[in-house]
Amino acid sequence: MAETPDTQRKIRGTVLACVGVVAGMVGLAYASVPLYDLLCKVTGFGGTPIARSENASEVVNRTISVRFDSNVAPGLNWRFSPETPEVKVKLGETTTVLYKVTNLGDKPSTGIATYNVQPDLAGTYFSKLECFCFTEQTLQAGETLESAVVFYVDPRLVQDADVKDLDTITLSYTYFPSKAGKPVAEATSSTKTIAQ
Amino acid sequence: MAHAADAAHADHHDHLPSFWRRWFYSTNHKDIGSLYLIFGFTAGIIGGLLSIGMRLELQEPGLQYFSNPQAYNVFVTGHGLIMVFFMVMPTLIGGFGNWFIPIMIGAPDMAFPRMNNISFWLTVSAFALMLCSLFVEGAPGSLGFGGGWTVYPPLSTVGHPGPALDFGILALHLAGAASILGAINFITTILNMRAPGMTLHKMPLFAWAMLVTAFLLLLSLPVLAGAITMLLTDRNFGTTFFDPSGGGDPVLYQHLFWFFGHPEVYIMILPAFGIVSHIISTFSKKPIFGYLGMAYAMVAIGVVGFVVWAHHMYTVGLSLQTQAYFVFATMVIAVPTGVKIFSWIATMWGGSIRFTAAMQWSVGFVFLFTVGGVTGVVLANAPVDRYMHDTYYVVAHFHYVLSLGAVFVIFAGMYYWFPKITGYIMPEWIGKLHFWVAFIGSNVLFFPMHFLGLSGMPRRYADYPDAFAGWNMVSSIGGYVFFAGLFIFMFGVVYAFIRKERAADNPWGEGATTLEWTLSSPPPFHQFETLPRVVDTGH
Repeated sequence: MAETPDTQRKIRGTVLACVGVVAGMVGLAYASVPLYDLLCKVTGFGGTPIARSENASEVVNRTISVRFDSNVAPGLNWRFSPETPEVKVKLGETTTVLYKVTNLGDKPSTGIATYNVQPDLAGTYFSKLECFCFTEQTLQAGETLESAVVFYVDPRLVQDADVKDLDTITLSYTYFPSKAGKPVAEATSSTKTIAQ
Repeated sequence: MAHAADAAHADHHDHLPSFWRRWFYSTNHKDIGSLYLIFGFTAGIIGGLLSIGMRLELQEPGLQYFSNPQAYNVFVTGHGLIMVFFMVMPTLIGGFGNWFIPIMIGAPDMAFPRMNNISFWLTVSAFALMLCSLFVEGAPGSLGFGGGWTVYPPLSTVGHPGPALDFGILALHLAGAASILGAINFITTILNMRAPGMTLHKMPLFAWAMLVTAFLLLLSLPVLAGAITMLLTDRNFGTTFFDPSGGGDPVLYQHLFWFFGHPEVYIMILPAFGIVSHIISTFSKKPIFGYLGMAYAMVAIGVVGFVVWAHHMYTVGLSLQTQAYFVFATMVIAVPTGVKIFSWIATMWGGSIRFTAAMQWSVGFVFLFTVGGVTGVVLANAPVDRYMHDTYYVVAHFHYVLSLGAVFVIFAGMYYWFPKITGYIMPEWIGKLHFWVAFIGSNVLFFPMHFLGLSGMPRRYADYPDAFAGWNMVSSIGGYVFFAGLFIFMFGVVYAFIRKERAADNPWGEGATTLEWTLSSPPPFHQFETLPRVVDTGH
């Protein structure tokens, strides 16, 4: 067809711009993975507890129940339970809860724990100082391990219209069988082996 | 690009290439458009047969035809994916877009004729992969992928270990690549190859619709490609993008999917908006009311369509403020859509209306699309959606906008452009009979689904409590009637080709003002050797 060099140059420009847009959008789709992760960690979006290094500045005289849930994903012959199903804590009060995990199988196996808070919106206020999440844990046959979660519930909860009337938060842990070579996302672990 | 075009045009004017060269190595936009139309219709029949299978099963409570309910879900999934990616998109964008965009803007062909050919054959290959997916193992012990067209993990990762979904993902990759190439082709053609004098603001509305659609494709499809690639590596290569055991989040997939999925519904309906504008203007013998408003309403729908995606996800635990934003943003879309609906009505108002087959389908579209739009505004409300989520109310809503919206316009366009595409006249009674059969059938099919959804019948189940039996029976009968209408259309096409009544250059008279009606019917193999000069189209 009769295209002048000028038209050809314009066409080339348009195509390059379009290809750039496509490449950019693919990049954004992949960038969304770490960005979403960051968003969850910073804002507690989707029930992600916030990692903190210091205790709460104040303790408020308002009690909230924190329930503990523990699960073992299929494929891992472990028993996993908290020492207590529920504690009542004051907002801002630092609390330690122990989870006990036992390998019921006759072979050593490796698991990795993840956690989440329900309701999702409370994630922002569930502040963990120490936990045993995202760390691979190998248990010998019959070995038992105690792991600690140290947390407080942020007193700013009472200022959030969405969750200020909340009376219960559930912390849920799941142990998954670890796939070999999985990158370990976080390392804020506090675990100690106890003798059988 | 231009070199490929030169090579393609080496064949002399009226000398047609051989059958194999013409239809398999095709670089002619009209031939590729025809191939897309045939392909889309064939895929539509297959997708339609899958839905007939669903309606047969749902006609009565209990399991009649599907001893394995998972097979029913495979039908649901196949129906959705085929209708979206292999029926509506190829027909409206690939078919009508390829046929009429170059002609309407006064260009000799698309900017990249050979890339156009690649797009088409990639779509065919994608469809072949999609069909393969139905016949290999998905969930343990059953064939095909049954997780719905949205392909949410974890059902699509741990729930379907077999290769069925891998076939499906690769099919979507190919179809997506085809659409992205097609979109680049349309954007380049529309932005650079308009006839002298045709400014963007003088461009026909169908060209505007395709321009906006192409931009939506360009921005949204790469995100789908990224999301399903992550799914593919999660399934096969041990990544954990959406797997909580490695710190991933399945909800992220939903965000990525709907960031594509919501613009996708506008991708399916915007070309229809463009076509309907031309038909209503033609048969009201008036220029379209509020041309600029119509064009920029489509731009607005396209832009706002990118920031409303989470209204598909009200139940995943978004905060109240987030939900409030998505409710508001979603309802904002009703404004430009209303501009379009009222402009169509205003075009008809005081016009000299002829109720040809194409016009009946178009007026039917305006009415039914409005019904679907209104239920959409209902569903936009997060608290209402809590109740309606995943019920038949949602099924009714999106079938009113797509099955009765996009599909009605596909037939409106077919009856409108049939004389131009084939050069033969199809008797008007065929299109009108088809319209009434389809109008009654589709309403009997989909309207009762509102009642079923309001009474709480969930989607994607092969069985239901006896309480839902009555309306399901009605709905199934409507489905058979709607499907039977397709035979009237097929008869009409065959009849027109046998009867061979030649169509005039412009069979519709003075209302038809766009450039395709200045050419012969069918247009010459190569048109506009000397570019038309557009002085004032008057729309």
